[in-house]
Amino acid sequence: MSEQDHSKCQSLLGSLSDYVDGTLADGLCEEIESHIAECQNCHVVVDTLRKTISLYHESAAEAGEVPGVVRERLFRTLNLDDYLRH
Amino acid sequence: MIEKKAEISVEALRAGDREEFSRLVDAYSGPIYRLALKMLGVPTDAEDVLQNTFLKAFQHLKDFEGRSSLSTWLYRIASNEALMLLRKQRPEVPLSDAEPEDDDNSNYYPAQLTDWCCLPEDEFLSSESQAALDRAVRHLPETQRIVFVLRDIEGLSIQETGEALNLSEAAVKTRLLRARLRLREELSTYYGERLDKRSKA
Repeated sequence: MSEQDHSKCQSLLGSLSDYVDGTLADGLCEEIESHIAECQNCHVVVDTLRKTISLYHESAAEAGEVPGVVRERLFRTLNLDDYLRH
Repeated sequence: MIEKKAEISVEALRAGDREEFSRLVDAYSGPIYRLALKMLGVPTDAEDVLQNTFLKAFQHLKDFEGRSSLSTWLYRIASNEALMLLRKQRPEVPLSDAEPEDDDNSNYYPAQLTDWCCLPEDEFLSSESQAALDRAVRHLPETQRIVFVLRDIEGLSIQETGEALNLSEAAVKTRLLRARLRLREELSTYYGERLDKRSKA
């Protein structure tokens, strides 16, 4: 990454969230894509940013259950004991 | 993201139907508990948030006007509960001062530039890796953490996240970008070290 390229890297940073979410306007998308084709550092930032987000998505899929004892205490607190077995 | 197991009837809830309320609790308690755990990191605290969320939901069902979905409404209550508990635990850090609201990224550029995406999949599935993900989230300032948890862990849209937190979409986007970049830095440090260890092994 050369000195003059660095300002370009910073100017694109603010659009990265929209870019990885696929909600960025086409023109800006092309600008980012042509930049990261030439700038290895920004390429790595985009790839690792995507990976970071996808790791959290995956971790959410694995951890969505309330432990049985926690559910039981919740139902008792809410006076819903009658529906515990449903 | 909250999955609708079955359509919940708002009318029945408002009429005080307890069985319907128990269905609401079962449909949404998993995601609410997960949100609380990601925000607070301590199971007993997460359980407090879970219980208070549904106690308040029950008390305020009559005020639910349906302007947002039931799930967004529950997320709003849970987010407030989690942030209030964090604030109670650390009263010396006012939430509003924890993060400057300016939109200036001009002096920031990512510091960690290791490409760790090529690590083998088992590296990302380990419990140690999961602990590193959770730890990194808890290092975020609270106001960024709640935005990240709602958007990227619970899968709410930008608009829904704004509704749940009473924030503009622009504010949600600013906080989300900062949170994501910060997490990327921290995970790059962690997985960069894992990459080093593997190459030396």
